[in-house]
Amino acid sequence: SVPASPKQRKDRIMAGEKKGLVLLDFWVSPFAQRCRIALAEKGLACESLEQELLGDKSDLLLGSNPVHKKVPVLLHDGRAVCESLVILEYIEDAFPGAAPRLLPADPHARAQARFWADYVDKRVYSCGTRLWKLKGEGRAAARAEMLETLRTLDAELGDRAFFGGEAFGFVDVALIPLTSWFYSYEKHGGFSVEEECPGLAEWARRCGERESVAKVLTPPEEVHDFICLLKKHYGVE
Amino acid sequence: RPHNLTINLYLTSSTATRAKMSAPAAVRVIGAFDSPFSHRAEVALRLKGVPYELILEELHNKSELLLTSNPVHKKVPVLLHGDRAVCESLIIVEYVDETFDGPRLLPSDPYDRAMARFWARFIDDKCSKPFWLAMWTDGEAQKGFMKEIKENFALLEAQLEGKRFFGGDTIGLVDIAACGFAHWLTVCEEVSGVTLVTAKEFPRLCRWAKEYASDEKVRACLPDRAQMLAHFTANKEMFMAMAKSMLPK
Repeated sequence: SVPASPKQRKDRIMAGEKKGLVLLDFWVSPFAQRCRIALAEKGLACESLEQELLGDKSDLLLGSNPVHKKVPVLLHDGRAVCESLVILEYIEDAFPGAAPRLLPADPHARAQARFWADYVDKRVYSCGTRLWKLKGEGRAAARAEMLETLRTLDAELGDRAFFGGEAFGFVDVALIPLTSWFYSYEKHGGFSVEEECPGLAEWARRCGERESVAKVLTPPEEVHDFICLLKKHYGVE
Repeated sequence: RPHNLTINLYLTSSTATRAKMSAPAAVRVIGAFDSPFSHRAEVALRLKGVPYELILEELHNKSELLLTSNPVHKKVPVLLHGDRAVCESLIIVEYVDETFDGPRLLPSDPYDRAMARFWARFIDDKCSKPFWLAMWTDGEAQKGFMKEIKENFALLEAQLEGKRFFGGDTIGLVDIAACGFAHWLTVCEEVSGVTLVTAKEFPRLCRWAKEYASDEKVRACLPDRAQMLAHFTANKEMFMAMAKSMLPK
């Protein structure tokens, strides 16, 4: 490979020696939780700075993520990385010595992992939001879409322990925080993940046994309470 | 069932690219004529000098091959490398970068890679839809989408400061992601009658568009402009109906 430029060497040293990691966080954000789980899995110390999202956003957040003004933002020696899946890949790239690797080495397997993380990103949260925000036809459509998504994920998992295969990996990290939201989705949509996708439910329990996950995930009832708060905020009955 | 397939063979005389692959497996792209997403897959391969076979789909009559290669989304492009299928255009670009030798499509520095991924996603998540809707809707809704896409173009304009390409001196992931704004944009503007990008408002973006579209390897896999113009003109009513159906009720 091409020898490192002075800038590359400097940045590599910065990444390796000055592990100054700060996460702009929000307690119930499943996207921020992805980052916290990945960092915990890799034993990377990171300071979590809780952000005010429903009121005035901090100057730090607005300055670090001017484009989206959202959490999570990972600050590494003051440089901001935004978008949770981009942050996950950054953590992999910037800390090559930090085990476990969340993405496999094989390019095709990596492409598969990225594909399914992208699928989770596109299909779960926004659909779930429609499930609790809408009524009647809108809710029914969201329910059908959510069930299709969960069944597809269940089929993809198959009889493997994790989406990463034998090891907890990229797709597992991408999806597991969203499982805290399933309870509220179930209540709003009138379905049961345990009944519809027992394999997926079992996978969620298996992931929940990991310290990194157990310490980070919000209890489902608290997520449900939060959604009820949001409903009031948006004037949804 | 009856199905039209157009197969084009792209052969390269370069032997340097064979160095990394021990047993070169056949590379095919399932694409569509004027899909910018399909172009992304092709241009990544051409930039790396990787020979491939192009299989053009008729999207109203999808082939068995496409449906089995991409059962989840049933969309183009799909990269077939030997017996492996890779779906989603930006994921294909990263796969091509990691698999084949040749100029880097993503930077090597972790932070720069993160920035490239961020802007590529920005283009897909925040630009594609308002761009399309600004072209094919009208009235107050159209004004809203115009404002939104121009704000986002201003962010891309800022990213080009002091750079020939988003990727720096050479074409990279973000340039490839932005391809729609290099070649498809003026066709859409001509057919819709909507002017979105002027050199006065977006000088860097306009200069970039010319640079990108005139690159030899890019040009080789851009759809013929006259054909695209005819195709878009013929489909204008359909685009407008589609855009209307995408509006929130």
